[in-house]
Amino acid sequence: MQSQAEVKIGDQEVKHAQQSEFVSFTVAGQAFCLKITQIREIRRWAPVTILPHAPMDVLGVMNLRGAVIPIYDLSARFGLQQTEASERNVVIVVAVHGKPVGLLAESVSEIISINPEEIQDTPPVDSRYTMEYIQGIISHDDTMVRIINLDAVISAPEQGLS
Amino acid sequence: MSGSIQDTFFEECEELLEAMDEGLTAIEGGDHDPEVVNAVFRAVHSIKGGAGAFGLDELVAFAHKFETVFDEVRSNKLELDTKLIQLLLRCSDHLADLVTVSRDGGSVDEEHNDVLIAGLEEYLDEEEEDLTFEPMGLGGPSVPLPLAAEEEKSYEIRFRPLKEMFGTGNEPFFLFQALSELGTLEVVLDETELPGFDAMAMDDSYLAWNLTLTTTEPKSAVEAVFEFVEGLCELSIASDKDAEEEAAALAALNAAFGVPGDSAEPETPAPFDAPAPAEATPMATPQATEKVETVKPESNKSEQRGPKPTLRVDLERVDRLINAVGELIINHSMLAQQIANLDVADLRDVETELEGFKNLARDIQEGVMSIRAQPVKPLFQRMARIVREASSATEKTAKLITEGENTEVDKTVIERLSDPLTHILRNAVDHGIEKPEDREAAGKNRTGEIRLSASHRSGSVCIEIKDNGAGINRPRVKQIAIEKGLIPENADLTDAEIDNLLFLPGFSTAKEVSNLSGRGVGMDVVKNAVTALGGRINVSSTPGKGSTFTIILPLTLAVMDGMVVSVADQTMVVPITSIIETMRGSDDMINSLGADGTLLSIRGNFVPICDVAGALGLRKPEGDKPPGVYLLVETETGQRSALAVDDIHDQRQVVIKSLDGVCGNIPGVAAATILGDGKIAMILDSESIIAASPTSATFDSDRRMSNAIAS
Repeated sequence: MQSQAEVKIGDQEVKHAQQSEFVSFTVAGQAFCLKITQIREIRRWAPVTILPHAPMDVLGVMNLRGAVIPIYDLSARFGLQQTEASERNVVIVVAVHGKPVGLLAESVSEIISINPEEIQDTPPVDSRYTMEYIQGIISHDDTMVRIINLDAVISAPEQGLS
Repeated sequence: MSGSIQDTFFEECEELLEAMDEGLTAIEGGDHDPEVVNAVFRAVHSIKGGAGAFGLDELVAFAHKFETVFDEVRSNKLELDTKLIQLLLRCSDHLADLVTVSRDGGSVDEEHNDVLIAGLEEYLDEEEEDLTFEPMGLGGPSVPLPLAAEEEKSYEIRFRPLKEMFGTGNEPFFLFQALSELGTLEVVLDETELPGFDAMAMDDSYLAWNLTLTTTEPKSAVEAVFEFVEGLCELSIASDKDAEEEAAALAALNAAFGVPGDSAEPETPAPFDAPAPAEATPMATPQATEKVETVKPESNKSEQRGPKPTLRVDLERVDRLINAVGELIINHSMLAQQIANLDVADLRDVETELEGFKNLARDIQEGVMSIRAQPVKPLFQRMARIVREASSATEKTAKLITEGENTEVDKTVIERLSDPLTHILRNAVDHGIEKPEDREAAGKNRTGEIRLSASHRSGSVCIEIKDNGAGINRPRVKQIAIEKGLIPENADLTDAEIDNLLFLPGFSTAKEVSNLSGRGVGMDVVKNAVTALGGRINVSSTPGKGSTFTIILPLTLAVMDGMVVSVADQTMVVPITSIIETMRGSDDMINSLGADGTLLSIRGNFVPICDVAGALGLRKPEGDKPPGVYLLVETETGQRSALAVDDIHDQRQVVIKSLDGVCGNIPGVAAATILGDGKIAMILDSESIIAASPTSATFDSDRRMSNAIAS
């Protein structure tokens, strides 16, 4: 649908082609976003099956149409407080290293389109994890939206729990 | 040639190599039945033929020598003594290597190749001259041998392939080439039956050849060339010298073929190396086929030889089907649960239908599973080779005896068993079987025996590797384990525990690193491979008598029977195979032992209690009151434990969902499954739960070791 719109607009086409779309959501009160192409689907939170001996940021596994997928608590992953998962929360299903993985977020906000030049590098801060996990930041409606580096947040699945 | 045809050739090669191995093994076992010898000869010959078509010269050259020697055997000119059989076996291994190299690239051990060829030639030397010129001529039907060897005769051969011949991959070109090796050959193509281009069926055969062969060879040699296309072509062979004797018979034959037998059209001899008419050419009219069948009763013979018709299917398709069926069954139970929850007065009709649905789904599941089930025979056959190679490398003599080859196991299991079995067998030869002199001194047969058997045992497959060698040298195993720091120096281990030290990572008993085993990656690799298949491995040994490795594997990787229990508010599944008994406990059955050990008394026996919730880290063991339901389980080593759970709900078949790639290895959890309500439940691994539980750890000081042993 988006591409049709671009064709109609014509002269804005070039500009649009360079734009990328991000889905923004909140985790522990902070705004984060992921490229829309990385997201498979967004589901309402439902209780998951706990994995024994799992680290704090792994909530458990859930059944996604017959596939067993792990669910991570993004907030705990980022070193923020653990999310008290409830019906209002969402699970963002993404594909990392070709495998589906669910990420718990507080809520999904909106889809934002931005030009690549609007993405700012992460300013150096005193946390290695922050530097690794955050690919860049966007200023959107006077708020700062953090772009998540998915590959760094969810490393190879085998290492997820070890 | 297109890649896919070549792929087919290699697929067929696999089957042929299997047939060859099977035959040779039978021969080795003393079965010198001509049919068996013929079967091997045919296999080698077919490989050679196919390889020739793809220009795999090295393979052809070797197969040719191999085949020639075998032909000698076939015609009873060579006697099958042990030495020759050993050579033939090594050659068959080498042939398999050559096929692999031709397919996957890489290089062959030239030296080995030369040694084998030299070995084969030894058997041929004496008769070299005869042989080189009639490589295929010796096994022909029992036709009186040559009238006079030097006498040149000319044969008029009328050869008309049927389309079936091309279907089997035979090439007229190679037949002619073989004929031309017998003498001077003149080839005339008869294309009179060739229809106009528009009327031509691409897969039909229209061409015939009139051949004139001048040779000193007897007629049987000429007939032998066509042996492999018997029943697949119309063939008449007329000899000018034999004419008087056979004139009448030939006339009858020729009349039947409707071919003027002797009047070959002499003009336009086709250039011999003209491209052989490929797939497109040939094809018989229906009448021709009928004719041949009436004239040539041999065609029946080739039908008997044919294997049962099978279908080659991409494995991925089967897997997809299996997944879908798994989902179907889950879907059924979810549906059943939803319906049961409905507030409807009369559900009987729906339930009846639902029951039918369930039975159908089960039928489909069983059917699909059986597609994947395959006999272990090919795997075992390959193992014979491993033992052969291992014993020649260690200069020991050992033979492999296989049992239960027709036991069917899931294909994936078979594939993934190859490496562990190879490892165990090499170890058995390298470390287990003694040198022939030592064996003799110990009063045993010089030849070591390794027995590889497979059998079904109540829902699982049991594979046993039993050698009659020296057995495990326990003092040395223990000493090495201490030297390598794997166990504390003062460890007091039972014999079974010492035997199981072999499976510890980094344990290798080889005094010096040999070519064969003892690279430092030892039995722990085997154990990991077996565990990855959901199986267990165990070893037992009697000094001086030998060792036995037992591998227990699940029948299929996809479903299993489990008991649904609840642990710390989570629903979990315990494999039913590990449960001996379930019981509800009362306080007076529980006895404390030491600080945190508890024992359950069952009819006077005391069994350590393992709190599942605690072992999984879901609840502190010293927290609430211990739960009231116990599952009595037995480990592979015969150790019993009582698993404490909150409640037992149900017993049902569950579809196993691997957690590989979802998360790392979780101690105590084997896999996951999806229950009827769509929720995921963990499938517990009772052995590793017991290992993780503090009460049963043998060495608290070194948990790693106790984990490795007990799990």
